[in-house]
Amino acid sequence: MTALIEIRDLLVRREKQTVLEIEHLSVEAGEVLAVVGPNGAGKSTLFLTLARLLKAARGTIHFDGTSSLNTLEYRRRIALVLQEPLLMDASVKDNAAIGLKFRGTPKAEAERRVAHWLGRLGVAHLAERPARKLSGGESQRVSLARAFVLQPELLLLDEPFTALDAPTRIRLLEDLKSVLSETATTTIFITHDLQEAAKLATRMAVMLNGRVHQVGEPREVFAHPADAQVAEFLGI
Amino acid sequence: MSDLFPITLLSLQVSTLATLISLLVGLPLGTALALSKFPGRAFIMSLINTGMALPPVVVGLFVAMLLWRSGPLGDLKLIYTPAAIVIAQTIISAPVVTGLTAAALQQLDPRLRLQLYGLGASRIQMIFSLWREARLPLLAALMAGFGSVISEVGASMMVGGNIKGQTRVLTTAIVLETGKGEFETAIALSVFLLTITFLVNWALTAIQQRGRQ
Repeated sequence: MTALIEIRDLLVRREKQTVLEIEHLSVEAGEVLAVVGPNGAGKSTLFLTLARLLKAARGTIHFDGTSSLNTLEYRRRIALVLQEPLLMDASVKDNAAIGLKFRGTPKAEAERRVAHWLGRLGVAHLAERPARKLSGGESQRVSLARAFVLQPELLLLDEPFTALDAPTRIRLLEDLKSVLSETATTTIFITHDLQEAAKLATRMAVMLNGRVHQVGEPREVFAHPADAQVAEFLGI
Repeated sequence: MSDLFPITLLSLQVSTLATLISLLVGLPLGTALALSKFPGRAFIMSLINTGMALPPVVVGLFVAMLLWRSGPLGDLKLIYTPAAIVIAQTIISAPVVTGLTAAALQQLDPRLRLQLYGLGASRIQMIFSLWREARLPLLAALMAGFGSVISEVGASMMVGGNIKGQTRVLTTAIVLETGKGEFETAIALSVFLLTITFLVNWALTAIQQRGRQ
């Protein structure tokens, strides 16, 4: 396997304070890496830096072996799903197609992909509905469809289930798991929920105070925490 | 009353042109103010907000001094022309459009920008998406801009001169007829002005509400 994302010597400051410092972290093509940690651990900073929405003070992030892609080229190879679905005031299908529109994808191709992914995520029957009238779970499904239609090489998920009630979250987690294993989409999944991480991830990175303390398969991390802080966070 | 048609037409032409120029200035400026952070931004915003309440007579005075034959732009020979009224009305409505554009965009969730970038939007695509998202308050900004100029009289009088057949608009004609005691004519002109204002706003509201889902 080759690394799709390779972070080296990364340092990010916000308001003059170092909030993220990662010596090395790589994500292999096809794997789902869950980044877990408590609030304020730097997870969201890592997410924004990976999406190139925040500039690093130092270090490199190689994507597919290069760090020379310009921001727009890079962003058009990835997709982003945030905690809030942030749908536009338009129909569900227009929302799902927005990223394709930005890329100038031909209409017929865009319609085909949108129909496929709305169906795959179980919201095809809502295609013509105004997005504002959807429930939380439906909105997040549309948000995921909007990301998958782009066939991203890297999918970034930032706490996408946090705002949902438990039954909705469990169903969506199941569906996402099956979509991810079917498509083998490389995914970085930010969460503070260890159960979600264990369910979805092939590997897990534990972040505490802006640093990665341990990376490994979830089972291995739970069985052998790298240090006392990781053990405390895992509740062991 | 036979000049009602040319007076009305001039009112509409002048105020529509001033509103469109305000839109060309105010939409990008309001967007820049809403989306960027720089030192002095709050100061500029308060200037714009003050500008939204500019008394038309003060604008009239300022533009008259600029365009006066002996003034700095006197050589352009614009004083007492429709162009002078357009300039004054643009100064009145541009801050209205700018301020309300900034307010409309600031009401959107700031994370929406990140989401749009994350879906591969270029800067210009992101801005167009935000405009589309805020289309209802943006049309309200346009209506307020038009409303601020179609109804003003002070600036039109001072820089246009209320010259019959040249710079007489509905509001200045109403002032004149009232001054002469011709209340019937003044009332007829007023009804006309209100009807036009209503029709323009009705058309814009129809567009605005059609976009609502």
